[in-house]
Amino acid sequence: MVTRMTETDVASTDANKENEDWVACMALIRDAGDEAAFARLFGHFAPRVKAFLMRSGADAALAEEVAQDVMATLWRKAHLFDPARASVATWIFTIARNRRIDALRRARRPEPEDLPWGPEPEPDQADALALQQESAQLGRALATLPEKQRVLIEKAYFGDLSHSEIAEETGLPLGTIKSRIRLALDRLRHAMK
Amino acid sequence: MTRITHHLTDALLMAYSAGSLPEAFSLTVATHVSLCDECRARLGAFDTVGGALLEAEAAPMSGDSLDATLARIRADGETRRTRPAPRRTGVLPAPLRDYVGGDLESVRWRPIGMGVKQAILPTATDATARLLYIPAGAAVPDHGHRGTELTLVLQGAFLDETARFGRGDIEVADQAVEHMPVADIGEDCICLAATDAPLRFRGVIPRLAQPFLRI
Repeated sequence: MVTRMTETDVASTDANKENEDWVACMALIRDAGDEAAFARLFGHFAPRVKAFLMRSGADAALAEEVAQDVMATLWRKAHLFDPARASVATWIFTIARNRRIDALRRARRPEPEDLPWGPEPEPDQADALALQQESAQLGRALATLPEKQRVLIEKAYFGDLSHSEIAEETGLPLGTIKSRIRLALDRLRHAMK
Repeated sequence: MTRITHHLTDALLMAYSAGSLPEAFSLTVATHVSLCDECRARLGAFDTVGGALLEAEAAPMSGDSLDATLARIRADGETRRTRPAPRRTGVLPAPLRDYVGGDLESVRWRPIGMGVKQAILPTATDATARLLYIPAGAAVPDHGHRGTELTLVLQGAFLDETARFGRGDIEVADQAVEHMPVADIGEDCICLAATDAPLRFRGVIPRLAQPFLRI
């Protein structure tokens, strides 16, 4: 049976495919030090990191410098990226956030204990694929939230709300992606035994 | 590993993901997440929201930025792809060990009366983090809260009017909570406690002592 794709389906397929492409670029950097793959990631993500930092209060020059630094960190830490637990965008967000705290707030942000193993042996392909798709889906859910709700979430992430000002109910469907990450963690824990 | 039944709130996880918590609270969240895969997964979901926001907007980079970054990477030389070391056993998870300078034996306890001891950790002053040592069966002075107080159990357990908290469990208390936690009888209890406002003690003696104790 052939079903015609709606516009939303086409958009979601694009976003899924894009996420998978970025994952492939990360593997090329990790395994082969591939500068062309890095250039592709840089072209897409460096301007996004820069915009993110500017929206968090950095001026253009500082944002540019920190964005370069974030992308250099991506190269250095490529072996720690685990596509069963994060999309490339999510992983870059965590690096950018940490650099923003150093550069803008000059504060320390203690990190949870590292899981004592990386994505080795290679994470289950199906797990990684599902995680990438669900990350793209969460992005679409965020875009379709009512304006007021979305603005509050943006304010929280750009550092304009304290924890007591953040609403307990965000309206975001986080359950699916949480379960998916939990599954990946359970597999890692099991592999360690 | 014992089963953890008391978890972080969504607001705390989102603020930690966003990077807007005071250092003392970040330390407490990071320590709980180190012990709790459920909250590690929930934090992953909040980080995914951050990733989605990152995707939403772009600002053009200067023309030579890619070359400059590649030059920097080449100057760094060969990247050593080392993985995190296996977890050391002990009572304190890694983020806390960084502040203490080791595991429990490195904590510099100060007695605060009735067998209770504390050690204030060196964080930024917008909130305070301290380790509390409560002998088995002893009570923590009765107190309410002005701000938010997070109490994470690292060893033993405590009970208050509402529930029992064991290793890894975290209690999130706000102004509404007036409680009198008591350490469980089985074992001395060690907790990490973080507050963003001074505690309000109800007895006169602790109130007099408060400025000296910094609790």
